[in-house]
Amino acid sequence: MAIATNGKQAAKAEKPSKIGGAATWADDRLGLATIAKKQIRKVFPDHWSFMLGEIALWSFVVLLLTGVFLTLWFKPSMAEVTYMGSYDQLRGLHMSEAYASTLEISFDVRGGLLMRQMHHWSAMLFIAAMFVHMMRVFFTGAFRKPRELNWVIGGLLLMLGILEGFAGYSLPDDLLSGTGLRIADGLMKSVPVLGTYVSFFAFGGEFPGDDIIPRLYTVHVLLIPGLLLALIGAHMLLLVYHKHTQWAGPGRTEENVVGFPMMPVYAAKAGGFFFIVFGVTALMGGLMQINPVWRFGPYNPAEVTAGSQPDWYMGVAEGLLRIMPGWETELFGFTLSWNVFIPGVVAPGIIFGLVLAYPFIEAWITGDKREHHLLQRPRNAPNRTAFMVAMMTLYGLLWAAGGNDILAVVFNLNLNYITYFMRVAVFVGPVIAFILARRWAISLQRHDQEALLHGYETGVIMRSPEGAYSERHLPIDPARAYTLTARDRDQVYALPSGEDENGVKAPGTRRNRLRAKLSHYWFAHNVQKPTREELEEAREHAEHELAMHSGGHQHMPAGDYLGDHELDGHPADGHQFDGRHDVHGEELRKH
Amino acid sequence: MRMLSARLSSRRRSPLAGVVVLLLGLLVTGGAYALLSPATAQDSAAGDEALVSQGRELFLVGCASCHGKNAEGIVTQDGTQYGPSLVGVGAAAVDFQVSTGRMPMAQPGVQAPRKDRLYNEEETRQLAAYVASLGPGPAIPTAEQYDPETIPEEEREEAIVRGGEFFRTNCTACHNFAGSGGALPGGKYAPTLIGVEPKHVYEAMLTGPQQMPVFSDDVLKPEEKRDVIAYLQANEETPNYGGSALGSYGPVSEGMFAWLAGIGVLVGFAVWIAAHSTRSKKGVQQ
Ligand code: HEC
Ligand code: HEC
Repeated sequence: MAIATNGKQAAKAEKPSKIGGAATWADDRLGLATIAKKQIRKVFPDHWSFMLGEIALWSFVVLLLTGVFLTLWFKPSMAEVTYMGSYDQLRGLHMSEAYASTLEISFDVRGGLLMRQMHHWSAMLFIAAMFVHMMRVFFTGAFRKPRELNWVIGGLLLMLGILEGFAGYSLPDDLLSGTGLRIADGLMKSVPVLGTYVSFFAFGGEFPGDDIIPRLYTVHVLLIPGLLLALIGAHMLLLVYHKHTQWAGPGRTEENVVGFPMMPVYAAKAGGFFFIVFGVTALMGGLMQINPVWRFGPYNPAEVTAGSQPDWYMGVAEGLLRIMPGWETELFGFTLSWNVFIPGVVAPGIIFGLVLAYPFIEAWITGDKREHHLLQRPRNAPNRTAFMVAMMTLYGLLWAAGGNDILAVVFNLNLNYITYFMRVAVFVGPVIAFILARRWAISLQRHDQEALLHGYETGVIMRSPEGAYSERHLPIDPARAYTLTARDRDQVYALPSGEDENGVKAPGTRRNRLRAKLSHYWFAHNVQKPTREELEEAREHAEHELAMHSGGHQHMPAGDYLGDHELDGHPADGHQFDGRHDVHGEELRKH
Repeated sequence: MRMLSARLSSRRRSPLAGVVVLLLGLLVTGGAYALLSPATAQDSAAGDEALVSQGRELFLVGCASCHGKNAEGIVTQDGTQYGPSLVGVGAAAVDFQVSTGRMPMAQPGVQAPRKDRLYNEEETRQLAAYVASLGPGPAIPTAEQYDPETIPEEEREEAIVRGGEFFRTNCTACHNFAGSGGALPGGKYAPTLIGVEPKHVYEAMLTGPQQMPVFSDDVLKPEEKRDVIAYLQANEETPNYGGSALGSYGPVSEGMFAWLAGIGVLVGFAVWIAAHSTRSKKGVQQ
């Protein structure tokens, strides 16, 4: 049972002052004033892609549950102990308490290994689910006003999730943990001037020191989870306040939400989904080995292993580091390590900055200041879609570059060639992907246009008396036509005239010119939905055709026919299955 | 017959093809003789000499085209080696290279790959004896040296732990933490160590084939080499705790499984759940 509620707009002051304007701007989005209003029969629309964020949420719950279990045994200490547990191959070895207690959890605590593995798998899923959720939000334009701030919160969640994962990866103090921390140390030290101070501060002295693991532990179990919880709370509150976006369709407008009420339908479904996520994570934890620290051995700065990689979400940073040429500059006796600073600090900073700022950048280019509650299909925003596809391509390439040695081993490739290839591909690949995706989206728009104006292909082939073949098109279902046309027409930003009547240059003309250019690029190639006249003409045309066919199923009125054949005006067998009619009880005539 | 033709075809490219064909007759008669009377190849110094001369004959047929008639090595015109000099590499190197099928190399390449061996044990011994006679080098190790079974039971566990330390310090950088292999620059690679015979592991350390460094007895004492082998064996014997090891390639393969298996399945479930309610909604509408 689908129900609809009408959204309520917060009352707006007539002409807000500057400060009042800022307050209204914030209130429009945050609803601080109205947040307390009853939200009992909140409605949630239904679509599989709206459940991706839920995967992230439930993975986070699994993380909390399994993480609490692990804290009961884990000892965040770098004090040296002799391992006396039950894993033969390491017994009697000197190692840090952190590593020894991880081994204990794995081999001597009942269910410990399962919990460790579930914790690690759900961490990977948590971040992966955030990625796919963000991709969905991006592709559908769900980040547009009024949801920009929730997008930013999402971006922060992602960033914190990655940091949290890295901290967790570092805690067991195995060989890979230590290698990862070594790289983190290198990144810090690559920052000009401040680097060594930052590193000494973080590690409490020279790497690795004795402090880092206890410190990371606090960060991992208290600081970041606390921030994550708070931000997830804010994320959800905003979600409830804004109401969920929905796909366009009959009965769905910018003012309502069509779907299931929170209680009981949606809650039951969401609850069920939690158990599915939990179950899948448990299966993965039980069947697939992850991070076998006992094989890596305890961290020892003198050791390193092939296959030293971070978890997948850091793969991009790893890839950037691996393909960066070894550029360095000597300056007043100091070395500036561009080879580490650019890929390790500058590039991730730029990428994250872009992600967080994207809604504002797009709104500036398009000049779109309206509220949006109906989602856009990815094809209807070709440039945005193409941008994301380019980013995904870049991400995939960099991840592959981060695993270049694994690729070389598994596929018998030459390590150096992979690196050279990637150095070019990370620039060329995204551009190609962008162009392809953009053209693809525009083609799909054309396809929609076609469907609206010429109907759909019935698959029914007509043979005219002369022997010519043609396929019949029929008008699409009105509901579908409504859905296809339920989108705004794009407006290219027009440059205001550069000078006023007195010949004084308008301020910011250069900026506006750039904006007009971008807006032109953004929109000019898009296919706009047909106008009312075009649609009506198309309908008339279709009706005309139908009328002609309904008699003899021929393209030509029988009287106009001048050929020699006898016309029996009898539809070819099989037409009754063109999908338009009720075929109950119909059969092929078998003549 | 298959063996013979394989050898022939690998020789066909060589400039010494004519010589090979001539020598082939010799090989057939000589080889058959050697095989039919193995007793001659035993103990005494005369036996050794026989081994060496039989080895030399095999060498001239199968190896000389790359390594030179006196195993002095062949340098190509642009200064690279067609095949290096084998003087002083020792019997261990030959045994390793030939028993793992690396030699004779089928074609020049960045690295001689492991393949099915072409010479049987007897012939390998003869080749090894011949190369050993050219100059002093490491001998083929005996079972006491490489076989972890020879470690007394009560010391075995300690040996394994020590071997693990040696392994992580000296070998994982190239061969990976689980010995599942790793890539080296320029298309070279350190092969997997899983399933390699203890004797060959020992010989590999002793002779350092290709990119691999030599772990002479000063660097890694014979007992320590044996410890490493014991560790590798223990590693192979222990079950994969916690489920399938996903190739033992570390976090890259784990990440792939997180996406393909984890997110893939969960999104599948999401689609399933959403599809179910859509259907019920349609039912209500009608
Ligand atoms: C196609 C040319 C070719 C043939 C045939 C060939 N080899 Fe080699 N061999 C090489 C090359 C090239 C190397 C050097 C590999 C490297 O170090 O990269 C080599 C290396 C060796 C080594 C290792 C030397 C060292 O320093 O440890 C031994 C031993 C050896 N060959 C023995 C043989 C024997 C015995 C045969 C005959 C059964 C043979 N080879 C046939 C090309 C050949
Ligand atoms: C610098 C990198 C490097 C290191 C360090 C290294 N190896 Fe190797 N190893 C190689 C390469 C390269 C090969 C392949 C040689 C060939 O194909 O002829 C190899 C081959 C081997 C083989 C032969 C495998 C087979 O398929 O027959 C064994 C056994 C081996 N190594 C054991 C070890 C052990 C044990 C250690 C540590 C003591 C070690 N390696 C250290 C690079 C290395």
